[in-house]
Amino acid sequence: MAGVQVANVSRSFGAHKALDNVSIDFADGGFYALLGPSGSGKTTLLRQIAGFDFPDAGRIAIGGESVERVPVEKRRIGMVFQNYALFPNMSVADNVAFGLSVRGEPKATIATEVQRALDLVQLGKLGGRKPHQLSGGQRQRVALARAIVTKPRVLLLDEPLGALDKALRVDMQIELKRIQREIGITTIFVTHDQEEALTMSDRIGILRDGRLVQEGPPEEIYDRPQSEFAATFLGDANIFRGDATGSGIKLPDGTTIAASTGASVPAGAKASCAVRPERIRISTGAAKPDPANANMLTGQVSKRIFAGNNSTYFVDRDGQTLKVIVQNTGAERLAEGQPVVLSWSPDSTVLIAAA
Amino acid sequence: MADQLAIGSRRGLKPALPLLLPAYLWLTVAIFLPLSAMVFFSFMTDLPLAGKEWSFTLGNYAAFFSQSLYSTLLFASLRLGLEVTLWCVVIGYPAAYVLAKVLKGRSREAIFLLVILPFWSNGLVRIFSWAMVLREGGILDTALNAVLPFKINIDLMYSYPAVIIGLVHSYVPYMVLTCYLTLQAIDDSLIEAGRSLGASRRQVLWRVIIPLSMPGLIAGSALIFVPVVGSFMEPRILGGRTGTFYGTVIEDQFVAVFNWPLGAALSFILLAVVLIILALAAPVLRRAG
Ligand SMILES: Nc1ncnc2c1ncn2[C@@H]1O[C@H](COP(=O)(O)OP(=O)(O)OP(=O)(O)O)[C@@H](O)[C@H]1O
Ligand SMILES: [Mg+2]
Repeated sequence: MAGVQVANVSRSFGAHKALDNVSIDFADGGFYALLGPSGSGKTTLLRQIAGFDFPDAGRIAIGGESVERVPVEKRRIGMVFQNYALFPNMSVADNVAFGLSVRGEPKATIATEVQRALDLVQLGKLGGRKPHQLSGGQRQRVALARAIVTKPRVLLLDEPLGALDKALRVDMQIELKRIQREIGITTIFVTHDQEEALTMSDRIGILRDGRLVQEGPPEEIYDRPQSEFAATFLGDANIFRGDATGSGIKLPDGTTIAASTGASVPAGAKASCAVRPERIRISTGAAKPDPANANMLTGQVSKRIFAGNNSTYFVDRDGQTLKVIVQNTGAERLAEGQPVVLSWSPDSTVLIAAA
Repeated sequence: MADQLAIGSRRGLKPALPLLLPAYLWLTVAIFLPLSAMVFFSFMTDLPLAGKEWSFTLGNYAAFFSQSLYSTLLFASLRLGLEVTLWCVVIGYPAAYVLAKVLKGRSREAIFLLVILPFWSNGLVRIFSWAMVLREGGILDTALNAVLPFKINIDLMYSYPAVIIGLVHSYVPYMVLTCYLTLQAIDDSLIEAGRSLGASRRQVLWRVIIPLSMPGLIAGSALIFVPVVGSFMEPRILGGRTGTFYGTVIEDQFVAVFNWPLGAALSFILLAVVLIILALAAPVLRRAG
């Protein structure tokens, strides 16, 4: 087991910078999610760590030792590919045995290790099947068993759950997390799905256009995004843009919004504020000043989307549409077109310096 | 339910009949009729031409078994087919691998063209070009003597190696094409998966790529082995006196001796032997693949 250090890694394809000076420290035994839009360089970063591709600049170390000159097969990594990449000509057991057998392990050892790995992913009885006789979720688990049976130092997963439907996906998330905890392996997990990243990982890195936008524990990124992109990419956010006042921002129409978290921006500079939809209170009637919810705006409900345990209200205000999520407590629902008052706390407001 | 399905499929066939008819007609005229005529000939004592007397006989088939020459030549031809097929694998498979997995874009197209070129050139032109290269004082001899400090005599013409070279050159494109198609279909992520599991390039080749390209290797081998066993042009022109094989004997019956019945019988014996070999090899090869 070992951590992975990526330091100032850049990789270009022609004129296109797929990775631009990326530095991340993947802690030993941690579960790390790489998140980012399509084409942001997630796969490219994973391929540099695996050794399928080599950086133009920068350094990668696994377990403290530089792997610049180490070929893929000597890096002792396990990889699960997006399309699973199971060997179609081999049985499930032979697929899992592959890594041990090329190493020349004795047959008896291979058999017990393979059975243990298949039991771990709960496929103990399917060793004799061919990959094409398995369901998507089963294939994914075989790929996982194959990757961990060699006891790699690092497990790399490239959107392994991408092809699964929602219910199976959630099952697999739980199972993957269980296995990861059980063997305590450093895991780097690429995903498109922000919810998956939030629920599964110890730390998240957000990539955009080959650059690392922000990196940290899920709570930190969600509660204190450092850019509008991070705020809107990981979860939903209402963004207000204006001029910094020292304790918040002043919108073009003169309204001030107080913010007590986030960056410190000198007064007069361009800045924005991000507020999560579930942090905003929505009410009807006259606005009562309340120090706990000092930020206050008025608007008009333009749309309501009911989702069972909560409702999302879209509120129009001065040419901007704000999103508010209200838990379903049985209280009276607001009709479309109704004038409302929105209020929230400066603690829930994150100040972001303009890019 | 089953009835309905059957009716459905019968209804499905009827409109297709006019579309299938030309193909079946063509098959009947082009293959079935001449072939059955040959079967018929193979049981005759003589050709029914110019009012000659003829009757039915099994003598043409008996000739194969009574004279050891024919079976000796058949074995020589089978060995030739095996050797040429092996050389085609040795040369064609790596070429197909490079085409499918190493080269990209322009250079792939250029090399592909070079591989296909023998297909487009006339067979006789191809063989006589080899004759010019291989004979004493020919291109190979002159070139080697110009480079090497000592005198050597290269005269491969009219020898077994010359026949092999000519045949391999004619048939290797089949192997390249069939292997190229199967190699192309192997996802690169399988190769990467193998490597990430600790296999060296060589281990990935032997354990993943070659087993997955078995269908191409088998198809290519069948496409090459069968016609090579019956080949006569290359053995005759490049082999000279040493170039007597089963195929040349058959050709003699048709062209020189004018004993069509014997030629036909020998052909059908060859066909039977080749079919038996393919049938025996099929399960073994299927397990390997
Ligand atoms: N071999 C390559 N040659 C040229 N360009 C490449 C190559 N590999 C990746 N790229 C480019 O690098 C950029 C990053 O690609 P990458 O595959 O890392 O994206 P990604 O974040 O994994 O996206 P996705 O979520 O769609 O998988 C893309 O613009 C892609 O077109
Ligand atoms: Mg990707």
